[in-house]
Amino acid sequence: MLGYALRRLLLALPLLVGITFISFVVIHLAPGEPTEMQDGGDLSTRSDKQMRERLREEYGLDKPLPVQYWNWLTRLSRLDFGKSFGPDARPVLEKIGQRLPVTLLLNVVEMLIIIVLAVPIGVLSATRQYSTFDKVTTVFVFVGFATPDFWLALLLMMLFGVQLGWLPISGLRSLNWEYLPFLRQQWDFLSHLILPIGVATFGGLAGFSRYMRQSMLEVVRQDYVQTARAKGLAEGVVIGKHALRNALLPIVTILGLSLPGLVGGSVIIESIFAIPGMGQLMVQAVFERDYPVIMGNLVVVSTLTLLANLVADVTYGLVDPRIRVGRRRGR
Amino acid sequence: MRRAACRLAAALVLAGALGGCGQRAEAPAEATGGAEGYTAAYGDTLIEALTGNISGLIPNVQSDSASFDVGSLLYNGLVTRDKNLNFIGDLAESWKFSKDCLDLAIKLKRNAKWHDGQPFTADDVLFTYETMINPKTPTAYREDFKAVASVAAVDPYTLHVRYKAPYAKALQTWETWILPRHVLEKYAVAGKLRDAPQNRTDPVGTGPYRFHEWRPGEKVVLVANPEYFEGRPYLSRVVYRIIPSQATIFLELKAKGVDSAGLTALQYQRQTDYPAFRKAYHKYRYPGNAYTYLGFNLKDPRFRDARVRRAFAHAINKKALIDGVLLGLGRDATGPYKPGTWAYTAKVKTYPYDMARARALLAEVGWRPNAEGVLVKDGQPFKFELMTNRGNDERKKVAEIVQAALQELGVQVEIRVIEWAALLKEYIKRPERRFDAIVLGWGVGLDPDQYNIWHSSKTGADELNFISYANPEVDRLLEQGRSSCHQEERTKHYRRLQEVLAEDQPIIFLYFRDALPVVSSRVKRIVPAPAGIRYNFTEWFVPKQLQRYTAD
Repeated sequence: MLGYALRRLLLALPLLVGITFISFVVIHLAPGEPTEMQDGGDLSTRSDKQMRERLREEYGLDKPLPVQYWNWLTRLSRLDFGKSFGPDARPVLEKIGQRLPVTLLLNVVEMLIIIVLAVPIGVLSATRQYSTFDKVTTVFVFVGFATPDFWLALLLMMLFGVQLGWLPISGLRSLNWEYLPFLRQQWDFLSHLILPIGVATFGGLAGFSRYMRQSMLEVVRQDYVQTARAKGLAEGVVIGKHALRNALLPIVTILGLSLPGLVGGSVIIESIFAIPGMGQLMVQAVFERDYPVIMGNLVVVSTLTLLANLVADVTYGLVDPRIRVGRRRGR
Repeated sequence: MRRAACRLAAALVLAGALGGCGQRAEAPAEATGGAEGYTAAYGDTLIEALTGNISGLIPNVQSDSASFDVGSLLYNGLVTRDKNLNFIGDLAESWKFSKDCLDLAIKLKRNAKWHDGQPFTADDVLFTYETMINPKTPTAYREDFKAVASVAAVDPYTLHVRYKAPYAKALQTWETWILPRHVLEKYAVAGKLRDAPQNRTDPVGTGPYRFHEWRPGEKVVLVANPEYFEGRPYLSRVVYRIIPSQATIFLELKAKGVDSAGLTALQYQRQTDYPAFRKAYHKYRYPGNAYTYLGFNLKDPRFRDARVRRAFAHAINKKALIDGVLLGLGRDATGPYKPGTWAYTAKVKTYPYDMARARALLAEVGWRPNAEGVLVKDGQPFKFELMTNRGNDERKKVAEIVQAALQELGVQVEIRVIEWAALLKEYIKRPERRFDAIVLGWGVGLDPDQYNIWHSSKTGADELNFISYANPEVDRLLEQGRSSCHQEERTKHYRRLQEVLAEDQPIIFLYFRDALPVVSSRVKRIVPAPAGIRYNFTEWFVPKQLQRYTAD
């Protein structure tokens, strides 16, 4: 098992280099350079050629692309992500470090809520296929799929923020946060998260419960479930113990695939709720052609993607004894 | 009373769309900004919304408007503008030009202090000048200082500036934010101003507000500077909340989460017209600092003849255009200057909506309709591509209206909407100018010098006269206009410039869109003027009984 994981880890390295190379080339192909994007949308009467040339030199943009890539890669191998090309000139890691915790918190909570809700919904609507519950959740699911999250977000903001005044509309903390007592601070922070997490969950929940239902339906039709029932086991044990475990397998795959999304952040949700997370950072960096930040972001996200895939594969073994046993025998 | 004031205002506003007096009446009484009956009081917080993150706290090395907004409360220039955009002293007590415009003597105020308690002196001005001309400093304002031959501090409160040649923008140059030598020298000399800690936290300026806190992507908090040399500002705190989505800002405004924001025309006209909103906010309206135009590639033989451009100008119904695109919240542009500024004149040739005249002009040039009504000359139909940038709905609508108008003349227009960077790089800035016509905008600076846009020497690949306009008289007027420091003389040249441009129509000037800010009605003494509303920010106050945020 360990050897397998290690081998996979080593194989991921060249893959990572490949990903960064392609991204590097693509982002440099986009028209407009950081130096141009900086002087104000560049049809500015103030744009100064001399300054641009100097900045290009400072950023190393005057060198050929392969050289630029090589420089970037060697710096990266020393874990130096470089400094942002933006006018604040902050180190890339610092910028990412500021944004990552919020995004991570938001997305992990969202993911947990989705799992906690989606699994029972999926199981129930599978075991009671075509019941009223199933039909209602089906409608709910399609509504969830079809609702654009920015629209839902605005509607909820109007209802809870403007009309009822129960929840704050945007941001992470109230302006008087520093002056609040400790418990009120926590509540203030939580109340800011309710709407964004709610909106994000609604969309994700729909898809997830659908997968769960599908997967459960397939398992329930298997012979061994029949056997379990024939053996006289209680329905709860049949579903809860025998069927559910197997039905969870595909869910693990999907979970693994959504792990990188936990770091990437959602641009739409973050922009609408004014949450300073990774999604906003990335979009702004792309608009400004801030190459170091874009690449730094990509490295973080793609590393996590590769890791997540690895974890998912290993987890298969844990969840499904057949895979574990099969491998041992094969050796 | 209000009615009389309203009629007066209507008479003063020049040709163009009037929002009607109903809207005007929503703003508080004009002269005092609603301050009568209240005593000015210190305190309260003003919460503003910014759509973009600020990029740094030393505005001299930034280029985004959010950084400028924040910077303008932290720092001062030597001079600034009053409500009518005339120069007044800021850190400067007084100034005097020599007759030949080559020498400028500036006396500084003696009571100005940096936020860290150090006195402000002429040496700081010298330092700022050295920093701005240092080729290592990444600033977009270097050009302004190129005309300066030398700056000398005669004594700690007297400066002497010598120019290489008479320079019209000499005074405007000194609106630059002055930086402290004792704090920033080591970074500036090395060209590392952007890396200076003062760019990220604890900036040291002379301005009415001091820095308190900056949470990137979240908010910037400034607090009143009690030792400000012009007297402590009334509003104790200014909070800039960073909210990227316009829709969210609008909802926050409704929920009183922000106190001030700019509205869109639709929000201004249709979505804020209910009693609760009118009670909580005052709406303001004044012409903005940019105009939208229809431009032509003048290298294209079809557009080279001014009669064709004049015909197009006659074919576009500007009133309908402003109504359609901006719901009437804009003003007819007759030239490149904003109505109400000193260089502006309304006495220029205008092109009233007149299809017959347009057809006649085109016929003069040889464009005649064929059987299908399409204009043809030498067997070629009149057909061109109209480009604009993606992400600007307003320009797209303008392009569509222009398309429909020219269609009626028998000219076929195809619209192409292209991403901004690609449009510039692949079409507009290419030396071969790969465009027929464009809908874009120009921002107008506070100085009327537009040498870079109209002068025939500025048609190079990376330069701004990309429509390739060349007119010897315009060249001469631009040169004369920028080489005098006397406003009366400059006015003469720029008025003539507007006449020539109106006659020539190198581009069709469409409209100045109005700026539409709203501010919480508890804030008093906001008096809209040609300069907008922010020029007297330090005098804004909230009466004690109306203060909302009392924790200091």
